[in-house]
Amino acid sequence: MSDENKESAKPPMTDEERAAKIKAAEEARAARAAAKQAEAAAAGGDGEEAPPKQPSPNQPKLDRIVQLITEHVNADAVEESFINERDRDLPYVIIKAEHWVTSAQLLRDEPSLHFNYLRNLSGVDQETHIEVVYHLLSLDHVHEVCVKVKTERDAASVPSVTPVWPTANWNEREVFDLLGVDFPGHPDLRRIMMPDDWVGYPLRKDYEPLDPEV
Amino acid sequence: MESLLQETLSLKTFAFFLLIGVTTLAIVLGFVTYAIYFERKVIGWMQFRIGPNRVGPLGLLQSVADVTKLLMKEDTIPNEADRTLFKLAPVIVYVPAFSVLATFPFTETLYLADLNIGLLYYIAISGISTLGIVVGGWASNNKYSLLGGMRSAAQMISYEVPLVTSVVGVILLTGSLNLHDIVTNQGDNIWEWNLFPQIIGFIVFTIAAISELNRTPFDLPEAESELVAGYHVEYSGFRFAFFMLAEYVYVFAIASLATILFLGGWYPPLAMLDFIPGIVWFLLKFTAIVFFLFWIRATLPRIRVDQLMGLGWRVLLPLALFNIFLTAIVEFVLR
Amino acid sequence: MIRTEELLLNVGPQHPSTHGVFRIIVKLDGEVITEATPVMGYLHRGTEKLAENLTYTQIIPYTDRMDYVAAMTNNYVICNAVETLMGLEIPERAQYLRLIVMELQRIASHMLWWGTYLLDIGAMSPFLFAFRDREMIINMFNELCGARLTYNYMRIGGVKWDAPDGWIDKVRDYVKYMKEKLNQYHDLVTGNEIFLARIKGIGAYDGKTAIEYGLSGANLRGSGVQWDLRKNQPYCIYDRFEFDVPVGKNGDCFDRYNVRMEEIRQSLRILEQAVEQVPEGETMGKVPRVLRVPEGEAYSRIESPRGEIGCYIVSRGKDKPFRLKFRRPSFVNLQILPKLLVGENMTNLITILGGIDIVVGEVDC
Repeated sequence: MSDENKESAKPPMTDEERAAKIKAAEEARAARAAAKQAEAAAAGGDGEEAPPKQPSPNQPKLDRIVQLITEHVNADAVEESFINERDRDLPYVIIKAEHWVTSAQLLRDEPSLHFNYLRNLSGVDQETHIEVVYHLLSLDHVHEVCVKVKTERDAASVPSVTPVWPTANWNEREVFDLLGVDFPGHPDLRRIMMPDDWVGYPLRKDYEPLDPEV
Repeated sequence: MESLLQETLSLKTFAFFLLIGVTTLAIVLGFVTYAIYFERKVIGWMQFRIGPNRVGPLGLLQSVADVTKLLMKEDTIPNEADRTLFKLAPVIVYVPAFSVLATFPFTETLYLADLNIGLLYYIAISGISTLGIVVGGWASNNKYSLLGGMRSAAQMISYEVPLVTSVVGVILLTGSLNLHDIVTNQGDNIWEWNLFPQIIGFIVFTIAAISELNRTPFDLPEAESELVAGYHVEYSGFRFAFFMLAEYVYVFAIASLATILFLGGWYPPLAMLDFIPGIVWFLLKFTAIVFFLFWIRATLPRIRVDQLMGLGWRVLLPLALFNIFLTAIVEFVLR
Repeated sequence: MIRTEELLLNVGPQHPSTHGVFRIIVKLDGEVITEATPVMGYLHRGTEKLAENLTYTQIIPYTDRMDYVAAMTNNYVICNAVETLMGLEIPERAQYLRLIVMELQRIASHMLWWGTYLLDIGAMSPFLFAFRDREMIINMFNELCGARLTYNYMRIGGVKWDAPDGWIDKVRDYVKYMKEKLNQYHDLVTGNEIFLARIKGIGAYDGKTAIEYGLSGANLRGSGVQWDLRKNQPYCIYDRFEFDVPVGKNGDCFDRYNVRMEEIRQSLRILEQAVEQVPEGETMGKVPRVLRVPEGEAYSRIESPRGEIGCYIVSRGKDKPFRLKFRRPSFVNLQILPKLLVGENMTNLITILGGIDIVVGEVDC
């Protein structure tokens, strides 16, 4: 039996326990990240500082996206941006929730970007926070970007992009259903997979299954 | 038979009528049983399957087993259904289907009633079945069956009209509504049949008849993929069997009617072949039509409900009317 | 004045034409639909949640059960996602075998669609013809991996089984056979007046709408958008083969039908080239015994018979994914349905729903 299964079989955790657990996880991750950074530094530093490593071919694209958003939307709309080398150098942009809809419109309408196709929308419970991940694609320019919007776990809320990309409709409903993220601006936010009277959000990491044996 | 019908009804004649009625019923049921078997085999072969082959030699008893199963099934009536009408509907559908057989002449001598309005009788009586379908669809208190029933009513009304008008040409040629006279007016050779002078009538008749039978491509009232089973979705057991039975009895009736009206009834296609008994010719033509109906079923997709109406009113009816005028003018000129 | 009422009709979850347990609540005015609300989730098994407690190899059989008529492409997408994240090299022979089974799968899936679509439209025989041809592919798969539907064939780093002796020749023979059959099917069905009247101009939308709704596969290409991941963002070894991407013009059911039929031909073309090139060699790459996927995330997307199937993995360096999300083409493609249905009649509901080509196992995941 795996660790996760054992945990789920236990009686419900109290809030302190949960907080402690999350904190522990966070610390562990921070430690891991630090170790990794140290390792990378030992190996010659990462992309920004060390010239030996070639910058990704997608770096100019990422810079352009970030520049456009900071210019046209808000100076601090972009929380973070990086290139995911493990995933074919996919540019990643993390955008603040309050600026997300205007940024989305920009990403779609700006002729040089023209991300007209929302290929995937997923929600991830990162234990410390929840992320909604948008994989965008431009069918004309054949370029991609991954946008993330972060929100806190309690009262998770990300503005809906259904008016921008109608395809987000059911995807957002699914994220709402399984992760409990509210999407203000969504035309019809109801559960989609689970029954309407279901309690809890199954894809959250602290979800207690109805029947732990299953 | 003719003289018996003229006599006053006594116990003896009644017993005789009953006997004939039961015999006909048995023959028709036998036909239905093997028509279903034939249909399944034919369609099976067309689809690279074997068809029924388990019950009895060559699967010949398959339909018998199916009917037995239907008879033994529980007779369910939905709670919210209108019970009286629900029970009545299969009867309304079946009784006319069986009654229309009375006037068909199968050979020169083999017929039940030589009615001088035989054709009109057929058309009038067969129209009642539609009522049964609508009643059944409505009484089930099911939305699918209601839709099926309504479609059926619309379809029957729309196609009854071209069906009737398409045979007017035949009536004009013969000058009689008597089915026996219609056959005798045709002759021993294929070119003496009504088929060629009435080719337009025959085509319209065939299409309208398939539609009247609710068979593919006009099987909208029971369109499985849309309405699940249409008007008989709530029926089970024996009542369902009645609907099925009525459908196949109508196949029997329409195939007989087409043979009589257009294919020269019991006459051989060439005069030199008249040493073969008439009943054999009748059965051969009849089987060919039944086969054609099954063949169509294996080949064509289903037409849409609005296209069905369009075809009936905009194509078939004008064609049938044109046929009447044409026949009338040609008849006038020739005389 | 006649008082008319709207009829609320529940199509499904048990209905012969919803292709599984899928439900649409339609409001009917006579036989014309005024509103349609799809309801799904009857087949929701929580694959994504289950996957969080499974090792990567253990997840593969679960993907078989998502799009159960095209399990090979599902196998591929999860393997591809993990391989991308781990930066694994796949042996040449495994690449070819993967490509061959995926293209065979596309033919099998399209054949099944063709048969059931015509059954929806009321023609019975094509269904059985289609199943006969699909059966041959399934038998070949059975020989390859011992399963007829849920193959569990691919592994991270390669494929589980090498092709048995003579298998490649069987594929070669099948391509020849199928080419001929495809022409027959066009003769039998594509020109049929009733069939054309049923599907021409039904459920039409333009390319812009298709992109907005995130449609993919034949649903996107049918409306004139030239987008096939095999061509535009090649994966596996598709860039080595010559094939065309068929597109439609009007975006109606007839165009989608034509695109799918033409795709079968193109798949046969790819297979024809592939069977001649299959190299000898290993079928599994160098993969550690315990798969620990490095921390990070990756989104892998491929062209399944139904459209773009994607797999988004978030890994925390364990042997199990932290989060696994599938982009299921059926689920996304289905979204346009309520929009298409308004103003159509009941019969067209079946035509349009069938034309989208959904697999409910994938919609609900």
